[in-house]
Amino acid sequence: MNSEWITPLLVVAVVALCTFFTRVLPFAFFGGEKKVPEIIKTLGELLPPAVIAILVIYCVKNIDFFVTPHGFPELIAIGLVALLHIWKRNNLLSIGGGTVVYMILVQMVF
Amino acid sequence: MKKIIKYAVTQTLPVMFGYLFMGIAFGILLEQAGYGWLWALFISLTVYAGSMQFVLVGLLGGGMGVFSLVLLTLSVQSRHMFYGLSFIEKFKAMGKAGWYMIFSLTDETYSLLCGMKIPENLNKKKVFIAVAILDQGYWVIGCTLGALLGGIIGFDTTGIDFAMTALFVVIFIEQWYGFKSHLPALIGMGSAIICLIMFGAESFILPALILTVGVLLILKNKIPIDEPQEVCK
Repeated sequence: MNSEWITPLLVVAVVALCTFFTRVLPFAFFGGEKKVPEIIKTLGELLPPAVIAILVIYCVKNIDFFVTPHGFPELIAIGLVALLHIWKRNNLLSIGGGTVVYMILVQMVF
Repeated sequence: MKKIIKYAVTQTLPVMFGYLFMGIAFGILLEQAGYGWLWALFISLTVYAGSMQFVLVGLLGGGMGVFSLVLLTLSVQSRHMFYGLSFIEKFKAMGKAGWYMIFSLTDETYSLLCGMKIPENLNKKKVFIAVAILDQGYWVIGCTLGALLGGIIGFDTTGIDFAMTALFVVIFIEQWYGFKSHLPALIGMGSAIICLIMFGAESFILPALILTVGVLLILKNKIPIDEPQEVCK
């Protein structure tokens, strides 16, 4: 084992533990007769769409709109994913179609 | 036992296609980042989370502080805290297997467990376990296969990481339709854009999350919340 292994191993361990922590939390806290505090319930209802919106921005954070290709491949492919999904509501079609088109755009067009 | 597996395979079919495809995309991405199939196997067995695994690829090399890493993971996964609430009694009654059920409660497994109308003649607990194991099985196979293919694949895979962006766009649209109020999504997006401009691409996510939680708490009484669904009865 060398240092090339240790950093990723620790990162995976932290992410794995935190992920399990989020899944086990309700069982640890509310396994008995105790009630879930209102504020946590409310935050839990409101947070998911907000976090996903942040993650969408996270994905496009490195686009430079002032340099060619001005983010066009991303914008076109995201638009296509959105249209496909609003139209058919089929995860596989939307994700697969958008990804293939994006790959064609960055490899052959732009 | 045969009947249980047959039923579970039928029920998990849509998840199988989704997980294999996303898993392969993850494996290829991971392999491109310089981590082979053993890493894919290890990560899909221990972390077992869709979106977080994609985020994880960029973090494996280190650089992000432990505190930020913990906060990022908890934020991305925070929705899982509320899935368990529907299964507290059921998983408790499953003993040791209940621990695996808790560990493997992904978005997809959660929605399957809630939606299934299990026939009377099948053991409900065994169906639950079979569904959970099959789902993770698809995911582990997909991730490992992707990393293996990534090494020998003939064609140019540049841009395959867009699958992650597409996944989030799809979830975003699903939640846009699923929630009564669009304010949370708009608050998250607004916070992210403001913080991206203020803090730059490498350090905006933490302030964006904190800002979002703050604004949500301030506005919580003004945002209509959906009636809790009568699931999993």
